[in-house]
Amino acid sequence: MIPAYLLLLITLSGIVFFALSGHKPNMGKVNVWFNAVSLFATMWLAINVFNNGTILSADKAFLVDSFNVYLIVLTAFIGLTTSIFSNPYMEHEKDLGKLTANRLKLYYSMYQGFMLAMYLVLTTNNMGVMWVGMEAATLATVLLVSLYRTPESIEAAWKYFILCGVGIAQALFGTILLYYAAMQIGDGENALLWSELFQHASQLNPEVLEIAFVFLLIGYGTKIGLVPLHNWLPDAHSEGPTPMSAVLSGLLLNDALYAVVRNKMLVDGATHSDMAGHLMMGFGLLSFLVGALFLHRQKDIKRLFSYSSIEHMGLMTFAFGVGGSLATFAALLHMTVHSLTKSAIFVTVGHATQVAGTQRMDKIRGLIKTQPKIGWGLLIGTISIAGFPPFGVFTSEFLVLLATMHSYPLMTLPLLLGIGIAFAGLFRHIQPMVFGAKPEGQNPVKANLLPVMLHLALVLWLGLAIPTFLAHWFSQATVLISGSSPL
Amino acid sequence: MNIESQDFYTQIILSMAALVGLTSFLMLGQGRLLRLIFVFAVQGLLLTLTTALAAYSLDNPHLYISAVLTLALKVIFIPWMLRREVLKMNLHRDVEALGNQTAMMLGGASLMVFSYYVLHPIVQTTSPVMLNALAVSLSVVLLGMLLMISHKQAIAHVVGFMSIENGLFFAAIVATKGMPMVVELGIAFDVLVAAVLFGIFFFHIRTSIDSLDVDLLNKLNEVDK
Repeated sequence: MIPAYLLLLITLSGIVFFALSGHKPNMGKVNVWFNAVSLFATMWLAINVFNNGTILSADKAFLVDSFNVYLIVLTAFIGLTTSIFSNPYMEHEKDLGKLTANRLKLYYSMYQGFMLAMYLVLTTNNMGVMWVGMEAATLATVLLVSLYRTPESIEAAWKYFILCGVGIAQALFGTILLYYAAMQIGDGENALLWSELFQHASQLNPEVLEIAFVFLLIGYGTKIGLVPLHNWLPDAHSEGPTPMSAVLSGLLLNDALYAVVRNKMLVDGATHSDMAGHLMMGFGLLSFLVGALFLHRQKDIKRLFSYSSIEHMGLMTFAFGVGGSLATFAALLHMTVHSLTKSAIFVTVGHATQVAGTQRMDKIRGLIKTQPKIGWGLLIGTISIAGFPPFGVFTSEFLVLLATMHSYPLMTLPLLLGIGIAFAGLFRHIQPMVFGAKPEGQNPVKANLLPVMLHLALVLWLGLAIPTFLAHWFSQATVLISGSSPL
Repeated sequence: MNIESQDFYTQIILSMAALVGLTSFLMLGQGRLLRLIFVFAVQGLLLTLTTALAAYSLDNPHLYISAVLTLALKVIFIPWMLRREVLKMNLHRDVEALGNQTAMMLGGASLMVFSYYVLHPIVQTTSPVMLNALAVSLSVVLLGMLLMISHKQAIAHVVGFMSIENGLFFAAIVATKGMPMVVELGIAFDVLVAAVLFGIFFFHIRTSIDSLDVDLLNKLNEVDK
């Protein structure tokens, strides 16, 4: 358990350090170091869990099992690579005069604040604290969305704040109902601990839990970006600084889905029905299709990829809803590959917008001619996210389709249709941006594409062959969630 | 359910639930911002009293801490901050023209009926008192949303947001005798940070559109510009 405490302590001291430090020139580098140390702590934690199985802290406040440990490592990894990218990116934005030194300080402090909230959501054993962490993540990022102080960014941040705040309030109502159901069978202080609830899930009142799950799904679903609660997502992604879009898409959405799945495990144990699963399938499919259709109408490159995030989150929600070992395994894999690919894409997009000086897609042209690394990065990233074969996204989408065909054959049709629509929607925009002639005044920028290559290489690796320890891990998590093993 | 056969504590809780619900309706129809904030503070005070009462009759000292936190945040700090903002923006003489008042009130009433309908299944395993308390809490949450939809001043949105919080808090006190201490402190911290952030946002919105009318925040949409 020591590494988990260490992790929370590092990020906490990161917030304080950046808030108190003066305007130092190399704060971006310090931020990278903070995230690097966090990654080491998570590795240590992962090795502990790998050797000893589920770890429950002595006071039962923290729980790390095979389901959340890989999400913790993923969070730390993407946090690190995004901070490597954000260092030169934010310096460049500062040179352009979009930022003041004070706001840069706020940015770094809240970067760590966001990471702290994410780690808290993932490691806590208390469903109430999980809610507090989720809300804290909103609060930490809301000022970052409006970091540039343009009218559009303030509007986006306000929308984000109000929609997510009201949405997540529903999740608190769900949590209160959960607590209420738990109080009927047990004592007070421990009644919100997930480990206790899971153990006694079958005794919980099914009527209350069914109502509770509706509220929990709507509440956390707002943060996942499920349609029709998704309106904040494209705005916040497009108006905030690009490193923020990368971590929002790669981490926040995943962790909100994690919260829903944890709750679903309790509800399934109590109700013995498919009610929770069917709700998730419905919302997931709707988000998937709406996200895919909206890809066609976008003019802003960051909005394009945020709709792609909605689409993929919808697919994952759907897969968790289908349940069963294969679908759950596929959903876990998809969470990983989507996070890696999407954050890599946002990093490339960030550089591309700096190259072109705009986020409007009709103004970005001929990236391969201007700066080949960025052009190819964007193209390969898009190929990967659209689900082409050698990459991991293909594997997970294929598994989702397979599982759906097995359990709900008719549902495969809308899924295939959605994948096709999304592919067309992405490529009609990306094609002219990467190929074609280079327009006047489009110049290369200083870019560090190491994070992109690393992420895409990992996704490729996962598509070709999943390493044994990872497969073992996913299957353990699958057993935990769905009760049976896929292997 | 015969109210006279209930014990004293339950009777008071039921009356408090009714009063909290009433304040939500009062806010819904209020076009003047200062009065809106005043009614919001009254709702906070009712919550404080409920919490203190629960702490006393259940002999649960940690609820006293919640009561003090509620008093400090919902009755004093947030109303004070909002009031200052209204006076600074010179909005206290404006009366917001609210659309169709009758339809809104009827909508509010149907939301309350809807809350009872949604939560009715739990009555099988619990007392009707609990159903009342939870249904009123849920309707306060929903009425808070309706308030946000029907008003267009950013300040009214914050009041709606915070009254949603109030509804949840009431549910937590009445149905589950408060959440575990760590959760309650966490929620109070989040509310405090949210309130401070709202203050910062008022400043940003004012400097950006020179008004606090959120209907003017309409630059970002999916319609082609």
